[in-house]
Amino acid sequence: MSTAIQPGAASGALEQKPPAVPLSALIELQGLSVQFGKREILRSLTATLRGRSIGLLGPNGAGKSTLINTLLGFYKPSAGSARVFGHDIGKEVRAIRGLVGYMPENDAFISKMSAVSFVRMMGELSGLPSDMALERAHEALFYVGLAEARYRQLGTYSLGMKQLAKLAQAIVHGPKLLILDEPTNGLDPSARQRMIRMIREIRDGKEMRIVLCSHLLRDVEDTCDEVLILKQGKIAHYSNLDEERRANKRFLELETYGANGDFTEAIEKLGCECAVTANRMKMILAEGVETRDIFRLAAERQVRIRRMNFRRDSLEDIFLKAMES
Amino acid sequence: MAIYRRNYKPYAGPVTAGWSRFLVLFRYSRQNLFRSKFMVVLFVICFFYPVACAFMIYLAHSASFLAQLGVPGGLVSIDNKFFFNFISVQGVFAFLLTAFAGPGLISPDLSNGALPLYFCRPFSRAEYVLGKSSVLAILLSQITWVPGLVLFIMQASLAGASWTWTHLWIAGSLMLSSLLWIAMLSLLAMALSAWVKWRIVAGALLLAVMFFGAGFAQAINTVLQTESGHFFNVAYLMTTVWNSLFQVDAEHAIPVAQAWAALLTYCAICLGLLMRKVRAYEVVR
Repeated sequence: MSTAIQPGAASGALEQKPPAVPLSALIELQGLSVQFGKREILRSLTATLRGRSIGLLGPNGAGKSTLINTLLGFYKPSAGSARVFGHDIGKEVRAIRGLVGYMPENDAFISKMSAVSFVRMMGELSGLPSDMALERAHEALFYVGLAEARYRQLGTYSLGMKQLAKLAQAIVHGPKLLILDEPTNGLDPSARQRMIRMIREIRDGKEMRIVLCSHLLRDVEDTCDEVLILKQGKIAHYSNLDEERRANKRFLELETYGANGDFTEAIEKLGCECAVTANRMKMILAEGVETRDIFRLAAERQVRIRRMNFRRDSLEDIFLKAMES
Repeated sequence: MAIYRRNYKPYAGPVTAGWSRFLVLFRYSRQNLFRSKFMVVLFVICFFYPVACAFMIYLAHSASFLAQLGVPGGLVSIDNKFFFNFISVQGVFAFLLTAFAGPGLISPDLSNGALPLYFCRPFSRAEYVLGKSSVLAILLSQITWVPGLVLFIMQASLAGASWTWTHLWIAGSLMLSSLLWIAMLSLLAMALSAWVKWRIVAGALLLAVMFFGAGFAQAINTVLQTESGHFFNVAYLMTTVWNSLFQVDAEHAIPVAQAWAALLTYCAICLGLLMRKVRAYEVVR
């Protein structure tokens, strides 16, 4: 049985600051299942996604792309339903598609068209008048960094340039939601950096919300503020990455020499939770407590600190935990 | 040259009517088609016979001019047979034009994986097929029923009202026979290109369906001592229908109604095959 998951639900008992302005629900999944023949790809997904930039994570075959394709109306749900910006995917798919810009995972272009004509045509198909589509096609290609190559045929583009052209066609009509399916696929490190920077800029521009689908944890960590982890067609984890990061910063691991009960007691008096094993201490720092306070207490009690590190759960840890669960 | 700043602006301007979006696809596809010089030349050649027909109509009504040339009057009679011949010749040109233009309409989109880009927009599969097929429909109309009607109007204006009223049904036959042939060719070409995904092979397949279809039909008729093989010969079926529409006396191996039914069935099969392939992503079950 699946349950509704809200951002931050998995972030632990530590007190969290609520977001300043709560965002409206972007995607609502209500028992969504998708079946191809006898294979069940998505299994009763229930969640409400509200983030500005949501990462869809999961190993290959987890159902990430199927979820996106179902939200776009390419596949019909076998059970349950879903809403995008409040529009039902079964009944209002045209309205949803009008609000969405989609960058597919695989090569998708028309080889004998120039980038300007291609992006312009896609703009016109989204409803832009012809002259406006031309103007915005130029703007979009300038924005993604293809200005110099915009009159070249798409068939002559490198893989990185094709990815950028796909991004340009996804934003040309000014969508409210940008869906990126593996946007850094096949890119070299510098092209990947450029793509990630671009996605961050779009996110920070606050004109569009983003759903980024990837199996690369680093991409999601770099660009997303919420993450939905899928495993075998089910939701394995959903959390707010900012809150996770804030919470995880307070985990501290110490290796000490000469520490006794007094030192532990002093730390606990600061409001920190402590666990001691031999000469190692693990603690969760309380609100307002900094590492210098720990050093001060150690100095007062002549306790030597041999090693100190923030035990910070990275997205990789979150992902691995979700996979193990 | 316009200078564009590297920034992103949301769009809040007017949008075009949803029903008119298929025309975008029509415009771009047609533009793309006429980039080929061969296509332009072929298209121009398709008008040679209509021009010759127009000259024949003029001659048929210019007794004094014929007398000057020493040609006896009544050499060419402008009747149902004249228009049947016209549509038969233009039908061949329509087929050649389709073999060249048809496969290039859909196969590039499929081979480059462009379909998800169309269908993630407020644009349906039916609109896609309508947009693409309208390219062929308008192109083929320009060389079949449109010049046919121009010739009919020309003949009507020269022959007078009485001829026009008694032969008005020919205009309807011109339209109906052309539209049936256009629908058959367009759907067949697009279905083949959707399944093959390779333009040249799809063009060759279209030729094969017509020529090998006729050979296959003949083989069946000979081996099985039957006439049912004609159902595999699209050209024969079409000629049977045209003969009946233009009231041309000819022997038919199969009844006209069955020829109509077979052609409409072929159209439906092609449409079904086309819609099966024209999807954002193929579902592997």
